[in-house]
Order: sequence, then C-alpha cells, then structure tokens
Amino acid sequence: MTWRVLVPLAVFVVLAVALAVGLTLRPREIPSALIGKMAPTFDLAPVKGRATGLSSDDLRAGTPTLVNVFASWCIPCREEHPLLMDLARTGRVLIVGINQRDEPEAAERWLAAFGDPYSRTGADRDGRVSIEWGVYGVPETFVVDGRGCIQYKHISVLTRDVLEREILPRLRGERQVRCDG
Amino acid sequence: MARLLAAILLAWLITAGSVAAQADRPLADPTAEHRALALHKELRCLVCQNQAINDSNAELARQLRQIVRERIAAGDSDEKVRRYVVDRYGDWVLMRPPFKWSTALLWLSPALLFALVVAIAIVQVRRKRGTRAEPPLSTEEQRKLDALLSSDDRVRP
Repeated sequence: MTWRVLVPLAVFVVLAVALAVGLTLRPREIPSALIGKMAPTFDLAPVKGRATGLSSDDLRAGTPTLVNVFASWCIPCREEHPLLMDLARTGRVLIVGINQRDEPEAAERWLAAFGDPYSRTGADRDGRVSIEWGVYGVPETFVVDGRGCIQYKHISVLTRDVLEREILPRLRGERQVRCDG
Repeated sequence: MARLLAAILLAWLITAGSVAAQADRPLADPTAEHRALALHKELRCLVCQNQAINDSNAELARQLRQIVRERIAAGDSDEKVRRYVVDRYGDWVLMRPPFKWSTALLWLSPALLFALVVAIAIVQVRRKRGTRAEPPLSTEEQRKLDALLSSDDRVRP
C-alpha cells in the first residue's frame, strides 16, 4: 500500500528534474553542423581601408585561427570587442574578422572607433560567405585549426569564461576534432 | 499640415523602396518556382526559429529562399537542395526532423505513451474484474449480516 503513496511523488520528482534540465538548455543556440568539417572555400576583399583580405587559404596556412563574425550594426559585438582587443594585444592568437553585411564606411569607422584586433578582415557584403559558414546571427566566433578544420563555434557574445574554458585550449591544440580528408 | 503629410509620404516611400529592394525574385519557370515554394515550407528560419523560411521577414530567411531558387535553377534535385542547407545548418533546419537514432525517442514517444496508457487500462480493468468475482457469503456470514440489519440502530450508552 505504501508504494502507491510514493507514485505521485516519483512522478513529481521526474517531472521536476526534466523541467529543471529543460531550463538550462538554450534552444536559440543551434549546434553547428560544421564542427569537424573543413572551413568553406571563400575569398573576400578586405574591409575598406585595410590591406589584407581573407580567404580559405589563409586558414590553411598552419596557424590555428580565431574567426570572428562581426558587423558595425551589431550591438552585442561592441560588448565582446574589448575582449578581442585584449587577446590581440597578447600577440599570441591570430584573430581574423568576417564583416557581415556592412556598409564599407560604417565598418571602417567602427574599427577606427573601437580598435582593430584583426590581422585580416573579409568584407562579406551580401552575407553569402556567412551562410557558407552556417552563421545565423552576429556575433559568432569559430576556432579553426592550422589545417583549416573547424574545431568549435561560439554563438553570441564572447565572454572571458568561454574564452578560457573552450577557445584557448582548442587554439593550443588540446581537445582536437579530426576532419576527414 | 501639408508638411506633415509630405513627411509621412516621404517616410513611406523610403520604407516602401527598401522593402521593394529586398523583395523575392521568383523563378520564371512556374514548375521550378512551385518546387522552390514547397521547399521553403520545409526549411526552418534560423533567426525566428519556429517559422519556416516561406513566411519569415528575416533577411537570412530571404537569402535562403533565394539560394533555394538558385540551386533549383542550377538543376539540383529537391533532395540536393535540402542537403545543401543541412550541410551548413544541420538537421535542425528541417521542419520535419529525419528519423535517426538521436531522434528515435522524439518520433516514437507518442506510440510509447499510447502503449503505456493501454497497459494501465488493461491492468485497471483486470483488477476491477477481480473484485467482482469475490466468493459469495458463507451461511455464517449471511446470518450475521441479517442479524445486523434487523437489529436496533440506536446507540446504547
């Protein structure tokens, strides 16, 4: 008889646990289909006023790279920008930027105002290259290894915590995902 | 007043102009366009998430609609077009998720729930039948019952 009393309690506990787990999920963050795939082939001209553009060959040159998708119209990008500037100042990480659907003047002004952490930039005027990368919002940040294999993607604003826990170890070559071919 | 009207008209022209610039460009071939529209309904908008790209105003959805048209114009089959988008955005973009090990629970849960309900119902019905089939009263029990029924109901101190 006593076990019957426990049935509602058990149901409650199971439901509560399931709902609690559900609360911690982030349905807006869709896992990337490109982890463990080679970076898409592309060739972009630099943002206005810069000399070096960005192409897929640059990502296969042997150095692990942080690829940051940004835009001057993207407010959250301002939030993560100081972190990228700090990282660039250490001189130990290669950071490149894909400037998504931006006016050339606006992008140039934005980099002048907030600083330019990128050693290369690519102006993705029509957003097509971003689609090749499976980008669906700005900012997004990818870790690409020296062979051009996509290791990791972070959606939305970068934080120091994510940087130290997820990104820097991968840039150092720890926790590698292998690309086929 | 005239100035205000002019300003409103100007504002409308500017917005109308920018909307027109972003409008979809349907394919000339009606059957190809029909296939494109059918595919648009199957692909999920990544920005608005619970909408398909066919009824989303998001810029990304508009671009994906255009890409679907381009793939079809380039001679891709429907399956190849789906593959193209899934390769970039994952199974998630399909409004109807494919049946795989990782989605088995999702697809099978209605059947599992139904089976559970049927099992509970069967157990309950069996239990009810069990109570009905209780053996009849013995002569001794019947005598006690009769005595109780005919006895004085008043409570004695």
